[in-house]
This record gives sequence, structure tokens and C-alpha cells, in this order.
Amino acid sequence: MITANSYSLSTEADATLARLQTRSLVVGIVGLVACAAGLVLSPDHFFRGWLVGFVFWFCMTLGSTALLMVQYLTGGAWGMVIRRPLEASSRTMLLMAVLFIPILFALPTLFEWARPEAAYDAVIQAKTLYLNKTFFTIRQFVYFGIWLVMVYLLNKWSLREDADRNIYYAKWLQRISGPGLVLYALTLTLCTTDWVMSLDAHWFSTVFAFMMLSGQGLSTLSLMTAMVILLAHTEPMRSVLTKRHTHDLGKLMLTFVMLWAYLNFSQLVIIWAGNLPEEITWYTRRMNNGWQWVGLALLMFHFVVPFLLLLSQELKKRPKLLTFVALWIIAIRLVDVFWLIEPNFDQDQLRMHWMDLAAPIGIGGVWMALFLWNLRRHPLMPVNAPDLQKALNHGRHH
Amino acid sequence: MTSVELKPPIYGILAEFDNSDDLVEACKQARAAGYRKMDAYSPIPVEDLDEVLHLHDNRVALFTLLGGLFGCFGGFGLMSWCSAIAYPLNIGGRPLISVPMLIPITFETTILCAGLTAAISMIVLNGLPQPYHPVFNVPRFAAASSNKFFLCIESEDPKFHRHDTARFLESLNPDEVAEVAH
Repeated sequence: MITANSYSLSTEADATLARLQTRSLVVGIVGLVACAAGLVLSPDHFFRGWLVGFVFWFCMTLGSTALLMVQYLTGGAWGMVIRRPLEASSRTMLLMAVLFIPILFALPTLFEWARPEAAYDAVIQAKTLYLNKTFFTIRQFVYFGIWLVMVYLLNKWSLREDADRNIYYAKWLQRISGPGLVLYALTLTLCTTDWVMSLDAHWFSTVFAFMMLSGQGLSTLSLMTAMVILLAHTEPMRSVLTKRHTHDLGKLMLTFVMLWAYLNFSQLVIIWAGNLPEEITWYTRRMNNGWQWVGLALLMFHFVVPFLLLLSQELKKRPKLLTFVALWIIAIRLVDVFWLIEPNFDQDQLRMHWMDLAAPIGIGGVWMALFLWNLRRHPLMPVNAPDLQKALNHGRHH
Repeated sequence: MTSVELKPPIYGILAEFDNSDDLVEACKQARAAGYRKMDAYSPIPVEDLDEVLHLHDNRVALFTLLGGLFGCFGGFGLMSWCSAIAYPLNIGGRPLISVPMLIPITFETTILCAGLTAAISMIVLNGLPQPYHPVFNVPRFAAASSNKFFLCIESEDPKFHRHDTARFLESLNPDEVAEVAH
């Protein structure tokens, strides 16, 4: 019989995670100290960097919540092996809510619609019903409220299922996942509009939030894949993870790489074909003054290279190579977030401030430390999940 | 030597199995016993069968890649030639080779050519259409299209022995073992 103990972290696995957690925390604290220095020395750049770092790591938090719900709806062995890491990652939502607070105090620094000059801008004036400081702040409370309730329920029922073997928890988890994903799509659209698209309040694109969705899926899957492969060096993951599992995760990464490219290209081709003055600003800014090299780098290293690598079945079945691709994608995701946010500020030429690295590193260190701490607190597999045995047999012969 | 045997008297020996797991297991054992010239027949795609039988013929993949590259460069080249050389036309001040607008068609021609080469090379390399195959001589082989799984060890295999091979196949718990006439 399977007991919770069979999937508890072995002392070796726990030691690996604890070591990583301490290192992350140290890196995070050093990064945050640098951020504090940045806040004093150059507040404008601090807040820009902070927004980049926040959006980048938030992709992991909300992406994990969404993928949790996806795997409850679709089932599948891939979801079972990363379910506990996804839960641990979704439980960083409260941390993200706290880390968002500084942005609320810097609205005029970041957003052109929050500055006094906006009163003389006819286009922005027409949008003030939505883009005003009070409504913006209220919206943030609503988003985080919805997300925190989602994260709370998804985690509570899953962990309850471990304790007593009531099959109703699985049903409840499945039932909230459908409406939960609808809420996810709506809140994601709104929060992406608020945090990133409204940096340029004149411009609009209906596919923009979906681009962020593909990025969230990609960031999350890459981190989870790297995580389970790391865990597979030790028990209990060593006897759980098969080649078939990593193959499936690799296939999903490939899908999200293609989705990301498809959505980015859709936006480009529609704006290119229309060639309208109010739409092309986003690209004219990003195709000149050095920014075009960032765009070209994204095309090559966010799409072409990972796409070609992930096409290989051999690579997806080799844990080391797959980890390399996953870490590669996580790194290039940061460049993508940088490219979405920064050209709105430094329009004349490509510039990088040291805060653009310090903030993502600071936030990331703390995020990773909390994620690992969450991960160490519960068994690595949902022991009473109805499909657990089927998921474990994925790719094994009897 | 007075008599030269041009052909072995039979094509091979066919074993029938009830399910795909038994078939995969049988193939593994036959490999382990040293048999190389053999083939498996199944009504459904069986995962791992290609690995167990060491079927590493990836020519279809190579042809598909070449077809795709031809479609990619051919499509893009044709459109570029049309809009920049044969009939240059300034459309809203865009460059004559307006790359983003050419990508969807380039994508389509890539998929078209890759798909066609994949289908055609698969059919040709499989030797299809093939109206006759010796295994059809075993009446029960018709079940390979519905619910039975077959392993045929062919007589061209250097280790093949009419009686030993039959005995070996019987040891794998098949439903039936039958000789296959040419």
C-alpha cells in the first residue's frame, strides 16, 4: 500500500533543496539591498527594473496556478509529476501581492496616464474612465483577491486529499478548475493591460495579453521541468520520473514556444499590414535605435533555437539536455519581458540600467527561496490522487 | 555440390499473439536469441515496437525535411521574385520584399511540400502498393487487420532453422505458430 511516507522527500533530496533555498535567499537579500540602493540613487530606474522583475517572476506564480487547473481538467501523467512543484510555486502569490505594493506608490513614475501632463492629451483623456489611479488600485486588489482565493482552494483541497482518502476532493478540484481558468483568462487580460500595455497608453493590441499567457506557460513549464529533473537525482523522484514524463514535458514546452512565436507574429503581421499611425508606434520604437537587435535576439533565441532543439525526440528524453533548454528559455523569458516593458521609457536608444538586473535577481532569489521552502513541506506526489498509479506507470512495462 | 538451393523452402514462421504486450515481449526475446530478419504485424500502432526491433530507418524524416526546406525557400523565393523583380510594386511605402507579409505563404508552402514528401516517401519506401505478400498465405493472418498481433521470423535470417525456430516461437506462448509459404 502507498502511504504518504513513500513520497516524502528523502534526506538527500531535502538537503539539496535546503542548500538551494539558502543560496537563493542570500542572492535575494543581496539583490534587494542593491534594489534599496537603486531606490535612493535612481528611483526612476529602480521602479522600471522592479516592474520587469515583478512581471517576470509573476509569470511563474500565475502560470503555475493556471497549469494546475489545466492538469485537473485534462489529466495526464505530466501533470501528476509536476503537481506538487506547481502547488509550491502557486503559493508564492501572497509574496507577489506584497512585492506589487511599491508599484502602487510609483504610478506617475511608470505610467504616462498617471502623470499631470496626461490632462493635455486628448487620447489619454478619452480613456480616463478606466485609466485613473483610484480604479487602477481597486483593480489590483480585486485581481490579487481572486488569485489568492484560487491558490488557497487549489492547495487546500489537494493537501486535504493527502490526509484523508475522500475522493470528493478530486472532484471539487476539477469543478473549480473550469471556471477558474475562465477567471484566469479574464484577470490575466486585465492585469497585463494594466501593468504592461498601459505603459504606452496610446497604443492597443488585443492579442497582447495572450502573448503574456504563452510566456507564462513557457516560463512555468521550463522551471518545473528543470525542478523535477533536479529532484530525480534523489528519492522519491528517482523512482517516479520516467523518460516518458520528461518527453511529455518537453513536448509541452515545444508547444508553448510555438504558441509564443505564433502570437507575437500575429500581432506584427496585423500591424504591419494595417500600417496605421496609432498602431505602428510600438514597432517603430522597437525596430530602431538598437532595440531591433533585442527583437532579433528574441526571434532567434526565444523561438528558432529552442524550437529546433525541442523538435528532437532524443533531446526531450535526455534529462541533462532538457534542463539546459529549460534554463535557456527561462533566461530568454527575462529578455522578452525587458523588451515588452523597457522601450516604453528609453525611446531614443537601447539602454540597460543595472537595476534591470538587480531587481529580477533580488525578487527571484526571494521567490525561489519561498518556492523551495513550500516544496519541502509536503510529500512530492499527491498520494491519494485517483490517477496516481496510472501516472506512475507511464512508460513502464510490466 | 550438385544442387544449389536458390530459395529456402518457406518464407518464414509466423507466431500469433493475443495482445501487443506479448508481441513486444516476443520481439525482445527473438532479438535476444539472435534473430535479426523479422517483422511484426499489428492492427494498431504499438509504441516501443520500433525500438525493440531496432528499426532505425529515418529516411522518411529526412525526405520530409528536404521537402519542407524546398517549400520554404521555393515559396519565399517565388514571392520575392514576383514582387521585387518580375513586377515591382510599391505598396504603401513598404519594402519590395515585405518579409512579414510573405511569412504566412512561406509557412503554407513549407507545410504543403513537407506533407506531400512525407506521404509519398512513406508509400514508396514501404513498397506500397503491394498486392502480394507471403504472409497472406496464412489464413489467420487476416486477423492482423482486426485484433491479433503477429511476429514473423524470416527464413533469410542466418540463424533460421525450420524446426528450432518453430520450437523457439512456441516457447513464447503464442496462440498459434504457422509456417509461411512463399
